Amino acid sequence: MFRYLPLVLKNCWRNKRRTVLTVISIGISMCLLGVMIAMFHAFYLSDPAPAQALRLVTRNRVSFTVFIPRGYQVKMEHVPGVRLVTVANYFGGIYKDDRDPKNQFARFGVEPEKLFRVFGEFRIPDNQRLTFEHDRTGCVVGRDLADLFHFQVGDRIHLTGNIFPGNYEFTIRGIFDSPRSSQLMYFNEEYVEQMQSEGFRGNVIMYYTLIDDPAHSARVARDIDALFANSTAQTKTETSQAFAVAFLAQLGNVKMFLIGISAAVMFTILLVSANTMAMSVRERVREVGILKTLGFTPASILGMILGEACAISIAGGVIGYLISTLLMQGVAKSPFGPYLSVHAFDSPVAIACVLTAAAIGVMSSLIPAMGASRTSIVEALRSTD
Amino acid sequence: MSIPFAYNLRNLVVRKTTTIMTALGIGLTVAVLLAILALVNGLHSTLSVSGDPRHVLVLRKGSDTELVSVFTRTQFQDLKFKPGIATGRDGQPLASMEVVTIMILESPGAESANFTVRGLDPAGIEMRRNVHLAGGRWFQRGQREVVVGKSVADRFPSAQIGKKVHFGRGDWTVVGVFDASGGAQASEVWGDVFQVSSDLQRVDYVSSCLVDAADAVSAQALVTSLNDDQRLEVKAMLEKDYYDEQTGSAKPIEYTGLIVAIIMAVGSCFAAMNTMYAAVARRAREIGTLRVLGFSKGSILTSFLAESAALSALGGLAGCLLALPLNGVSTAIGNRTYSETTFAFHVTPSIMLTGILFAVVLGSVGGFFPARMAARKQILTALREG
Repeated sequence: MFRYLPLVLKNCWRNKRRTVLTVISIGISMCLLGVMIAMFHAFYLSDPAPAQALRLVTRNRVSFTVFIPRGYQVKMEHVPGVRLVTVANYFGGIYKDDRDPKNQFARFGVEPEKLFRVFGEFRIPDNQRLTFEHDRTGCVVGRDLADLFHFQVGDRIHLTGNIFPGNYEFTIRGIFDSPRSSQLMYFNEEYVEQMQSEGFRGNVIMYYTLIDDPAHSARVARDIDALFANSTAQTKTETSQAFAVAFLAQLGNVKMFLIGISAAVMFTILLVSANTMAMSVRERVREVGILKTLGFTPASILGMILGEACAISIAGGVIGYLISTLLMQGVAKSPFGPYLSVHAFDSPVAIACVLTAAAIGVMSSLIPAMGASRTSIVEALRSTD
Repeated sequence: MSIPFAYNLRNLVVRKTTTIMTALGIGLTVAVLLAILALVNGLHSTLSVSGDPRHVLVLRKGSDTELVSVFTRTQFQDLKFKPGIATGRDGQPLASMEVVTIMILESPGAESANFTVRGLDPAGIEMRRNVHLAGGRWFQRGQREVVVGKSVADRFPSAQIGKKVHFGRGDWTVVGVFDASGGAQASEVWGDVFQVSSDLQRVDYVSSCLVDAADAVSAQALVTSLNDDQRLEVKAMLEKDYYDEQTGSAKPIEYTGLIVAIIMAVGSCFAAMNTMYAAVARRAREIGTLRVLGFSKGSILTSFLAESAALSALGGLAGCLLALPLNGVSTAIGNRTYSETTFAFHVTPSIMLTGILFAVVLGSVGGFFPARMAARKQILTALREG
């Protein structure tokens, strides 16, 4: 089979322009498919990073826009396997001009002394952490957010609350580094709590729970939810990754969207590749006749043409995958970045892309290849086109 | 003199396999674009009939959705007698105190979904003129009864008249179904404001207030006077503007879809280029002959460009045909309060025209270089080729 490889490659290159155009066309479509596969992988298939696997998110079962009582925290701390529970109040709020998406970075009210224990992967100088813990109106921001707005320690950030009404002024006490995108701001939830009128205190949006072993996550989540199964505010506890997917799902049916677009893209690639192969086989009927007189069997001719199609679509697939990794780096830097586990190189994604490309190559050339391998020598030699 | 267009059409017919495959490739690209446009258009048309230009929505200052807004009973009493509010059948001002929360509906075999629950005054039903009872009856004051929107009833077999749904502290009996003439209210569940708010333990703090002005002009005046009222401390806006703003919830899908369509278009553009290069290469002798007959370089260029445009217009038509079955298919999207709004894809003639134009532009770009190559061929070499 590999004996014919040089001939297959030479055949690919006989019409350079057509091959280049086909490879570009397939490459561009494949880069979309690569992004879709990578997203699907990140959302539904990949294992969370070790630090993320230790974190559970508890929210109201109905929606995270409905509060849960503050009293739950103590009960949750007593569930076996739980190390630490912290309030995490998604703040929403308005920073400067809200219409600029840049200003809509995520901000959470948390318990400062627990933040860097729950998020063990965050790195912050000890003195900054301590000043943050001791300043009720202090806040810490992620490195990416600090770079975006040129924030420095000591700067002030003014926010207007919408979920938690009021005008707040925070002083930046520290800047932390995170292995993921860090367009994030954390501050003391107690400051926000005390700004609320009496009837509106005691509300929590989410709890972050740090557990002792990733293997226990399913059991701990079940135990926490079981605690409140008969109360009015039932909870839903899931890993932070599952929570991120649930958050996205609020925007629409993400799974359907990914699958629908992938199908359309794959079918397009199939058509492009089939078209090229049909053209190139049509030009070569006579040549196939000569190969056959020289003793090439129908099977080897079939293999050669299939191989040619595979070579072209794999080339497109590899280029497409490389472009898609660049695009995924953009996704990792987006506001959703902090919640996704997107890696620069995901071998399952790369393998899926190349295999898809190869499969498309075979499928697209099957009909012309079978036709060519079946034509009789006389008929093929008689062909003038 | 220009080459007759029929020449190009016949060429497309003769090479039908290539034509069909290229056109289908372009068609799929167009179909993706159309699906996104139809989705946005469908959401837009649902939201645009949801807001009545005479309605004014009043929220707490600083809130931008009903869900996070807090509105006190005292504020309601003060607001009710503001000038400019229309009077209802019972002679009372048409102002409805409303409380909004979210419920989760589950049914075996289907994904669960969140819906907005709204507790409202009878005035609230009277002033929403697009809402009509489609079956059963309205809820009664003081009863744990709800009336569900048509989209909710259609999607969930558990939300039918006579059955019970669960939210807050217990079960509620479904006593009716209402239709909202295409508005987003059809994705809501309505009950008595006192029952719902006491169930939520927020009797004194409801969510918002909806008032009906005598006409659109006085609605605008009412918005201004409410926003200027220092004592009330509320944020008033036209209900229409509130719903219009919510089209923003489709933005992430819209942008992603458009980027996908554009990237696919670049891919299809190269595919069209490939097909046209092949067409030019195969017809070198014909091109030479045409030049000998006296057709100018310019007319060769236009002829091949026209062929490419025709090919892609065919693709555009295929795309329309592929997208057309989507018309009327209902889908749901999360709204700003993270519950669902059900709406239908809306494939309109203008959207289809956009799709075809998009295809023609794509095809013309892809066809330009092959057409230029055809036009630049030397007569003698062209005649000798092939």
